[in-house]
Amino acid sequence: MSENETNPKNEITEFVSLRAGGQGYCVQITSIREIRRWRSVTSLPNSDQSILGVMNLRGSVIPIVDLAARLGLPMTEVGPRSVVVVVAIGNRIIGLLVEAVSEILSIAADDIQPNPTQGRDGNDGQVIGLVSIEDEMLKILALDAIFDNQSEEAA
Amino acid sequence: MSMDSLRETFFAECEDLIESLTENLDLVASHECDTETINAIFRAVHSIKGAAGAFGFNDLVDFAHHYETTLDLIRSDQLEISSDVLRLIVRSSDNLAELVDCSRTEGSPVPDATEGLIAELIQISGGSQEDASSEEEFVFTPIAAMAIEIDTDPVDGFEISFKPQPSLYMSGHDPFRLLTALNRLGKLTVECVTGDLPSLDAFDFDNSYLAWSVVLHETDDEDAVREVFQFVEGHCEIEITPIAADTSATDLPEPLEAMEPLAVPEESKAKPAEKPTPVQSTKPAKSAQSTQTVQSTLRVDPERVDRLINSVGELIINHAVIDRNLKESGLVSNSEITTALDDYGTLAREIQEGVMAIRAQPVKSLFQRMGRVVREAGEATGKKVSFVTEGETTEIDKTMLERLADPLTHMLRNAVDHGIEVPAKRQEAGKLEEGTVRLSAAHRSGHVMIEIVDDGAGLNRDKLLEKAIEKGIITTDAKLSEPEIYALLFAPGFSTAESVTNLSGRGVGMDVVKTAITSLGGKVGITSSPGEGSTFTISLPLTLAVLDGMIVEVGSETMVLPLSSIVETIRPDASDIQEVTPGEWVLSVRGTFVPVVNLNALMGLQQTQEEDKNRVFVLIDANDATIAVSVDAIQDQRQVVIKSLKGNYGAITGIAAATILGDGNIALIVDTEALGGLAASRRAA
Repeated sequence: MSENETNPKNEITEFVSLRAGGQGYCVQITSIREIRRWRSVTSLPNSDQSILGVMNLRGSVIPIVDLAARLGLPMTEVGPRSVVVVVAIGNRIIGLLVEAVSEILSIAADDIQPNPTQGRDGNDGQVIGLVSIEDEMLKILALDAIFDNQSEEAA
Repeated sequence: MSMDSLRETFFAECEDLIESLTENLDLVASHECDTETINAIFRAVHSIKGAAGAFGFNDLVDFAHHYETTLDLIRSDQLEISSDVLRLIVRSSDNLAELVDCSRTEGSPVPDATEGLIAELIQISGGSQEDASSEEEFVFTPIAAMAIEIDTDPVDGFEISFKPQPSLYMSGHDPFRLLTALNRLGKLTVECVTGDLPSLDAFDFDNSYLAWSVVLHETDDEDAVREVFQFVEGHCEIEITPIAADTSATDLPEPLEAMEPLAVPEESKAKPAEKPTPVQSTKPAKSAQSTQTVQSTLRVDPERVDRLINSVGELIINHAVIDRNLKESGLVSNSEITTALDDYGTLAREIQEGVMAIRAQPVKSLFQRMGRVVREAGEATGKKVSFVTEGETTEIDKTMLERLADPLTHMLRNAVDHGIEVPAKRQEAGKLEEGTVRLSAAHRSGHVMIEIVDDGAGLNRDKLLEKAIEKGIITTDAKLSEPEIYALLFAPGFSTAESVTNLSGRGVGMDVVKTAITSLGGKVGITSSPGEGSTFTISLPLTLAVLDGMIVEVGSETMVLPLSSIVETIRPDASDIQEVTPGEWVLSVRGTFVPVVNLNALMGLQQTQEEDKNRVFVLIDANDATIAVSVDAIQDQRQVVIKSLKGNYGAITGIAAATILGDGNIALIVDTEALGGLAASRRAA
């Protein structure tokens, strides 16, 4: 996170941890708008497989993306704990289908390790940092890199 | 306020001023003008000039100055409005408008006509701009004074006392500029009043201590003086006191006295004496006076209105959801809550209409711009054209108004260039030398109809056909109906101009016009009769926010087909559907074979009605080709609120937008124009 690099080392950032494709991720809380229960969506023709469809969010039509599929993992099976995390990326509002949302974490910049695999083949900066929480490694997602114009290409 | 937003305000005001200018010029042209009309014209030009000066638009100021001088002569009755003069001032107003446009986009060249017009303006005003003001007083005749104006009282100048308040400086005004502007009006003597200056230890930076006492000679135009202070209204104390002229030479008599011109001199002597009561800066009163003629308007950021429209759309959907839930809960249908809900629904719809009306604007400004287009086109082609407008008060959505400008310009240029004949030819045909192009707008059954009618030669069907064959748009043996032949005009790559003129032949064909209108959800139609002229009819929806749609079932999904492109719906006999090649079907509609597009397959959805004969076919006019779109079932026909997908997602081929249904679910609106192409590319893949 570029902001973190400029911040003092002990700066605390809040993240929301979530599970997608059986793995633990976290997303900076400032980009999250709300968390909703899964509801059936209207599917979009001729679109990428990871795009499940569109949903009505109080009058806005927002695309719902299977986060796991987007990250190259198997498609998420919709279950009772499935939730949609509504995030703002730039001017766009997108819903991410995840398996579960766990908790809000306050993480000091010190505790975030840069992703050592970043820059290798096939790694386009989707995971920008790693953090250990209770023996589990959580991957910090860079949403803007994941959704950088991808939905337009898919269209 | 930043310079940019000031500029924006300036241009917005210029638009208004030019609109009132054009409007008043129309009155002059129809000989319905009085002194006030001329004054209003003068004021409009003057205001543009004044404000343009502040922004350093020198070309604009220069031109406006010459224009203003000529108008001043007309105003003071030294110049009669002959047809030549009228033509000149109308053309000048067009040029002024263009100059304003040029100033908006920095670095664009001055319109070619500017210099010539300036020369003409100088010539017509006798090249004696300096003499004008001094002559003025002597040329007045009692007759002209019938419509008397306070401005024209014999005033030799003004004493102005001007004390800026701190807010004047805060909002970025500079007294120096104001004084410079006054200096342009006449001979100026300025004295700075420093009496209020406190001693240095009591001095407060943020306060304003200086005042100016100004004597302005050689002007009698109080409006002009007040206009200088227009922008600092409320930021200063200002007193403008006319100085009585010391000569008893001339004065304008009161209307009644005009009957006895002889009595004038004595009366006028008496009058200035009453006059010097200081005209306090009662600005509110003055603006009230001017708003009597000009409707007061509110400038609102369109985005705010859009947000409001969105919320109201939500309100209506929300009403539908509650309604549905109540019905499902099995409540008695006439219980109090359902009655209250009905009221809620009515109110919501009223609010929606009201909010939509905010976005709606009369087509007047657009039509006025089109007047310019027609005049220019007439000049360029050497044809005499009179431009008539009807239904200027018809209101349509502002976005639509903006997006209509280009197609209309194109169509009107065409009407003049290709429609109207040259004067000689018209005479031969026994018509008036002057052709007429009529632009009209009207509301008709939930649509806005815009018509462009010319009384020219009409469309030559044979030539159209010949051309289409030559360009390979149709085959030699094609049998086309009359509307189909006219529709050829809209085919890409079709242009009937025998020689490419620099007017219409700019590489943009009528197909661009059609595309622009279609993108607004509208339709274009043509009728024409040889020798009598052609009529182009544009039919547009009232708003871009809602759409008349047919709700259809496609597999598990609900979709919306825009009603504007639907020709008819058919539930055909099994024998009417024939397979041409594997997977390619045609539908026989009264003897014509129409290609079938299976919407389920195109959208990647399962069919609920497996057998084709149970499916419903919707005939759609997409890009001039008719296709039969097959769907599982038709549900309903109603207005839907359009929700764009582009903001959050991006464009999807085959889908124009989305809408939210009564149950809160989303239905996709099919882009019928793209269907044909989509089906073709699917086959190729």
